[in-house]
Amino acid sequence: MATDSQLAMWEVFIQSKPGANYIHAGCVHASDKKMALQNARDTYTRRGEGTSIWVVPTDAIVASNPEDNDMFFDPANDKVYRLPTFYVMPEGAKAI
Amino acid sequence: MGDDALIHSYRLSEWCSNAPILEEDLALTNFSLDMIGRAQALLTYAGQIDGKGKTDDDLAYRRGERQFYNHLIVELPNGDFAHTIARLLFTSVFEYYFFAELLHSADITLAAIAAKTIKEVKYHMTHATDWALRLGDGTEESHYRMQKAVNSLWMFTGELFETDEATAVLEDKNIAVDMAVVKTKWKQEIERVMKESLLEVPEDEYMQTGSSNGIHTEHLGHILSEMQYLQRAYPEATW
Repeated sequence: MATDSQLAMWEVFIQSKPGANYIHAGCVHASDKKMALQNARDTYTRRGEGTSIWVVPTDAIVASNPEDNDMFFDPANDKVYRLPTFYVMPEGAKAI
Repeated sequence: MGDDALIHSYRLSEWCSNAPILEEDLALTNFSLDMIGRAQALLTYAGQIDGKGKTDDDLAYRRGERQFYNHLIVELPNGDFAHTIARLLFTSVFEYYFFAELLHSADITLAAIAAKTIKEVKYHMTHATDWALRLGDGTEESHYRMQKAVNSLWMFTGELFETDEATAVLEDKNIAVDMAVVKTKWKQEIERVMKESLLEVPEDEYMQTGSSNGIHTEHLGHILSEMQYLQRAYPEATW
């Protein structure tokens, strides 16, 4: 992979409306916190996408290793009893 | 002020695909779009007051160089990135205090435009200030370039605060703003930013002037010849 010469990388999370979860929008280059926030604003919220922004240095993110996928995720595949699918839905209840 | 927004917008749009990094490319062209919106609002209103049925497009595309009243500083070529930032710093700080005063204008349309504009300009000012700090207090090269830009643009800043009989009449009616107030605040803020950025404030020596009478540098004609080409070559052309 070519070396990235364009400043440090930051991950951008946008909240679309107050109370909503912050969702990963992408990443930007920046040399400091303020620049990261401004670049995130200019890159990802120009069309009214957000009401709040988080930026996090990319190297502060700890990611799972794809090699661990068997151990991490496969055991969840055959535990249907963990899903709340065996209840009878009360009549009229919608937000469950 | 409408012409300032239009011509400065044109200059910033020239950074499209040329900025140092993609994010800055978006920022500068985003400011350019803010300014187009401001130009549209102000020129539309100017056309209405003029009462001759002229639209914002008529004013933007069908006036000659001598009929433009933008400050000279906005028509100057972009130069390097430091030059663009120094200009944006000088003009956005000016615009911030100018529109802050215009919020209290007796003219409700101007006050409403000021209310919308000041949010945009505040961001332009923050962005320019941060870059001035990074470049001024950066490497030897960035400091040199930033100081050079400040020095070469300084003689174009005096014009921002000029007043004439027309603005005096409007000021008496509480429509226009008190430029002395704007100038004091501008100077204070610019001196603060310069100090923090380890840059020297140039002496007030010879100041360029002329734009309030439509006298421009040689650069405006070149902008207009490109900007107005389509409307001049194909009058009434529509999308």
